[in-house]
Amino acid sequence: MSYEVNGKTIEHDEEGYITNINEWELDLARAIAVDEGIDMTDEHWEVVNFLREYYSEYQIAPAVRVLVKAIKKKLGADKGSNKYLYELFPYGPAKQACKIAGLPKPTGCI
Amino acid sequence: MPKDEFKTPDLRVYGENPALEPDSMGHSSPYKALPEHQESLGFPGELVDGWHDKAIDKMGDLLSKNRALKVYLDSCVKCGACTDKCHYYLGTGDPKNMPVARQDLLRQVYRRHFTLPGKLFPGLVGAKDLSEEVLEDWYTYFHQCSQCRRCSVFCPYGIDTAEISMAAREIMDHIGIGQKYCNEIIAKVHQIGNNLGLPEAALIDTLEGLEEDVEEETGVAVRFPVNEEGADVLLVTPSADFFAEPHVDGLIGYAKVFHQAGISWTVSSYASEAANFALFTGSYEHMHKISSRIRKAAQELGVKRIIFGECGHAWRVAYSFLNTLAGPWDFLDPAYPTPQHICEVTLDLIERGAINLDPSANDDKVLTFHDSCNVARASRMGDTPGGQFHIPRAVIKAAVNKFVDMAPDTIHEKTFCCGGGGGLLTDDLTELRVKGALPRMEALQDVVDTHGVTHMAAICAICKSQFTKVMPYYGFSMDMVVSIHQLVSEAILLGTKE
Repeated sequence: MSYEVNGKTIEHDEEGYITNINEWELDLARAIAVDEGIDMTDEHWEVVNFLREYYSEYQIAPAVRVLVKAIKKKLGADKGSNKYLYELFPYGPAKQACKIAGLPKPTGCI
Repeated sequence: MPKDEFKTPDLRVYGENPALEPDSMGHSSPYKALPEHQESLGFPGELVDGWHDKAIDKMGDLLSKNRALKVYLDSCVKCGACTDKCHYYLGTGDPKNMPVARQDLLRQVYRRHFTLPGKLFPGLVGAKDLSEEVLEDWYTYFHQCSQCRRCSVFCPYGIDTAEISMAAREIMDHIGIGQKYCNEIIAKVHQIGNNLGLPEAALIDTLEGLEEDVEEETGVAVRFPVNEEGADVLLVTPSADFFAEPHVDGLIGYAKVFHQAGISWTVSSYASEAANFALFTGSYEHMHKISSRIRKAAQELGVKRIIFGECGHAWRVAYSFLNTLAGPWDFLDPAYPTPQHICEVTLDLIERGAINLDPSANDDKVLTFHDSCNVARASRMGDTPGGQFHIPRAVIKAAVNKFVDMAPDTIHEKTFCCGGGGGLLTDDLTELRVKGALPRMEALQDVVDTHGVTHMAAICAICKSQFTKVMPYYGFSMDMVVSIHQLVSEAILLGTKE
């Protein structure tokens, strides 16, 4: 199970999350987004970039509420809602956006 | 994400039985745990050599320790009372999801190896060898049981399919076949302290954010303390309460209740999880290890009371097993029961006038309540029979003006599972989860149509996440699901005392 990007082979698990987060790159994110049926806009990248920043500081993806607040700051009040994030990432902002951002899938009762 | 390759069932007139669809869910089995997750829990990394004999030995070991398991395997008379009581059967029509058929997957092997007639005349008594095919059926169909115990309510012998499914999963873990979702999570709790893998710094950052939000919204400085030594109360809540929606709105509710009642409290980063997935995998050893974190945190922080947040199976483990697993709790204040549920604490404060609620704050909503299986059927709350049904409803009714219950045979001890309990709340089981939610969705549709219900409150992190995910398949909005303490949070009067 792997993605082929720029001549490189990047392993992923059964659900498409890459197994070594250090192998992430922009073209990989684009390739995963295509698989997910998502057309990456600037707003999508804002979310992905924030997830990566937060992860590098805390070793986990942010809580949905933390993400909503950050996006509200960056994109404006009308886009600061869980509903808007679901419009961007219909399969759930935490799980689907994490996959594109190259982060592990959040686990638990979520 | 590829489109789902299944059709969401149509809602039927409530109470209709499905036509049989043999093997229709034979393809549905969850991802297996990686060797690293298996081994970190002390299980073999993959299917071991000599797995057959080791499985039978493990079954013998469980039978020798768990008398109930033997009674359950011995006492079924095939009366059929359970057949149409499982939500997974009602949602899929697969006859192997009838509780009796699920039990028989284990029972046939039990009879072959542990009963005389089964040893001598297997064909006459429904005894069967544990072949590779049977083992595959075990993995598939014991992961289509959410251990909700609804069937056991209707069984004249009280046979508990959950015990049988837990035993089967424990046997499989011991021969190297574990479920990825549960075992990865159990390993994370041992390592980090919660199902999410939320480290201390992230927990503190998240709760600081909530303090800011609540102060901004209400003007009141409500605290969300972490690792505060000398606090009276240790709050043990599902880590989803820190992370997901609508769970976090419930957490805000607990904090407002503590604030207004003047109760000092804290969460612990070491024991930052109420859930105990080892219940689902039938592992006493790991249940004990997870529960022991709560004891250690309570002692180190020097708290006087332990209160559990809204989590179904956590409350079963807490209410029914905590004393055996991690007791005695003689270092806590004997004036309070150990443990307490947040709903009984809140209701007591309301009744004593220590907090005041204005239910008109929720006048935009008409509520119903989904009893969580483990709260309803595997525990109690407060000091009167049926408290686990009445206390959550009393809290809701104090917080809202409009409340109606769903059909009587879908609530209280007859409640349907949300469809995601028992370690099945994973994306690789989406089809099962959607179909298993059908009976609850039918009962909900009924009160939406007849009483204009707009919201359904839940008392369990799994129920909340499951409904948020599957309700859109049935045309309901995901924000129809609310936490009980989210309603309290809306209605509570902060800073005023009369």
